[in-house]
Amino acid sequence: MADEPLVLGIETSCDETGVGVVRGHTLLADALASSVEQHARFGGVVPEVASRAHLEAIVPTMERALTEAGVTLADVDAIAVTSGPGLAGALLVGVAAAKGYAVAADKPVYGVNHLAAHVAVDTLEHGPLPEPAIALLVSGGHSSLLLVDDLAHGVTPLGATIDDAAGEAFDKVARLLGLPFPGGPYIDREACAGDPAAIAFPRGLTAAKDLAAHRYDFSFSGLKTAVARWVERRQRAGEPIPVADVAASFQEAVCDVLIGKALDACRSNGVQTLVIGGGVAANSRLRAMAEQRAAKYDIRVRTPRPTLCTDNGAMVAALGSHLVAAGVAPSRLDLPADSAMPLTTVSVTGEEWT
Amino acid sequence: MLVLVVDSSTPAVIAALVEVTAAGVEVRAQRCAVDARAHGELLAPQVDAVLADLGARPSALGAIVAGLGPGPFTGLRVGLVTAATMGQALGVPTYGVCSLDGIGFPAAAGEPVLAATDARRREIYWAVYDGAGQRIVGPEVSAPEVAAARARDLAVVAVIGDGAHRYAATLELPAADEPRYPMPVALAQLAAERIAAGAPGEPLTPLYLRRPDAVAAAGRKPVLP
Ligand SMILES: [Zn+2]
Repeated sequence: MADEPLVLGIETSCDETGVGVVRGHTLLADALASSVEQHARFGGVVPEVASRAHLEAIVPTMERALTEAGVTLADVDAIAVTSGPGLAGALLVGVAAAKGYAVAADKPVYGVNHLAAHVAVDTLEHGPLPEPAIALLVSGGHSSLLLVDDLAHGVTPLGATIDDAAGEAFDKVARLLGLPFPGGPYIDREACAGDPAAIAFPRGLTAAKDLAAHRYDFSFSGLKTAVARWVERRQRAGEPIPVADVAASFQEAVCDVLIGKALDACRSNGVQTLVIGGGVAANSRLRAMAEQRAAKYDIRVRTPRPTLCTDNGAMVAALGSHLVAAGVAPSRLDLPADSAMPLTTVSVTGEEWT
Repeated sequence: MLVLVVDSSTPAVIAALVEVTAAGVEVRAQRCAVDARAHGELLAPQVDAVLADLGARPSALGAIVAGLGPGPFTGLRVGLVTAATMGQALGVPTYGVCSLDGIGFPAAAGEPVLAATDARRREIYWAVYDGAGQRIVGPEVSAPEVAAARARDLAVVAVIGDGAHRYAATLELPAADEPRYPMPVALAQLAAERIAAGAPGEPLTPLYLRRPDAVAAAGRKPVLP
C-alpha cells in the first residue's frame, strides 16, 4: 500500500549503530554497524567507546540504509529514534543525528522507547500485533515482562530483573567457562552438546515465598554465583569442567524461569499472545521451550528472526511506523536523550511540531 | 554563500548563520545558550531558530562549519553529529575547525595569548596563539600549571577563554574578557578559504585528546571462601 508510512529508525542505545527503513509493516532496509569487538577485551560495553563508535558510524550506516531501501530522506514521512532507555552518551548521538536529519529534511522526529521498539519489530515478521499481548524482553541490558495493551500509547510493566539482566548472566557464565564475549551465542552452541539436567541450578524468585512479592520479577545473580561455586569446586578438586553440561544446565535454568513467568503472565491476564524480543530471544533453547510449553495453553508465541531480536534500526522504524499510523504526535526538537526512560512512555510526544 | 556554523565544545551551545563572500564573513543570525548539561536539547532548536530568523530553508545552506573541540566528549559530539548529518542530508560539504582557534584567533593583537576552555577534572584544554592569531602550540589537555609554564616560555601576555577565567589564579596572567567561548565568525573565517575554493568536505573527527576511561577485564574473584 502506497499510503503506508515510510519511516526511518535510528538506534544507538548500546553498542550497535542501527538505521532501518520500514514502510507500514514491511522491512525495506536494516543497516547495522557494531562496536562489539572493541568492547570484548573489557568484558562488557564501555560507554565512551560505544559513543565514539556511534559518531563514526552514523553517516555511513544511514547511507547504506537509504541505498538498500532505494529511498531518499526526502521520501520519508518521519524519523524515529531511540531516546531511551540506554547509555546516556550513546543515546545522545542517535538523538542528535535524528534531529540533524529532521531539521535538514524538514521531517517530524519521534523519540521512542527502546523496549517498545523490541516489541514492535515483530510486526515486520508477523504483521499487526493482537492487543493485549504479553511481551518478554530479554537482553544484556534489560529483562522485562510487559502487558502490551496499546503499543501506540502505553504498555504496563509487570516485572523486571531485580539484579542482573538475563544477557549479563550469559556473559558472566561464559567468562567463567572461558568462552568469548558476548557469551550468549557461545553458551547456546556449547549447550547443544550438553545435558540440561546434568546439574540442578537454582531458579531465582520461583519459590512460593518469593512469588508473593516478585511473581513477575527475575533474579539471575544467585544463579550466576551458583554456577561459579560449582565450577570452582570442580577446579579445586582438580577435576575437568564439563563445559557443555554446565552451559546446558545454566541455560535451562534461565529459560525455565523466563518462560515460566511469561506464560504465567499470559494465563493470569487472559492473554493468548506472547512476544519475545531482545538479544537473548535469539537463544535456540528459549525459542524451542517457549513454543513447546505455550502450545499446552493454546498461547501463540511470536518471536522475530534472531537478527531482528538484537538491537537494530528496523525495530525503531517499526515502532515509528506504528505511531505515525496511529496518529500519535511527534516529539519536539528539544527532545532529550533519557537513559532512564520509563517503560510506560512509548514515545515522547510534543504538543506541536515547529 | 550561506554557511551554518555550530560549536558544542564548551558550555556554550552555538549555532550561527554566516554569509561568506569574497569580501569576508558576515554574521547574519546567531544563538548562544550557556548550559553545559543541555547540548542535546538546545542545539537543534537553535539551528532551527537561526534559519527562521532569516526565513531561510535548510536547502539554502552551501556549507557547514563545526568546531572539532577539544571539549568534554558527550557535549562535543552533539555539534559534530548535527553538522555531519545535516551535511549528508543536504549534500553540502562540512569543514572542521579547532574550537580553541575560535577563541585564540579573534584575540590576536600583536602579542602571544593562551586560549583555554574547561576540561573538567581540574584540567584545561589549551593552545597558544602568536600575535597574528596563528596557533603555535596545542591543542593540549593538562593541568593549568603545565599550561602556565608553557605560556611563560612563550612570552604569553594574556589568557583568554572560559577555562582561563576559571583558573586565572593558577595561570598568573591577565585574563581578557572576550571571547569566552568560540566565536562563530572566527570559525567561519578559518574555514573561508576552503569554502570559497569549494574544497571537498572533511569527515568531522573530534579532538578528544583523552582516551576513554576503561580498564581491560581483570581476573575474576573466586566466590568460594
Ligand atoms: Zn535492546
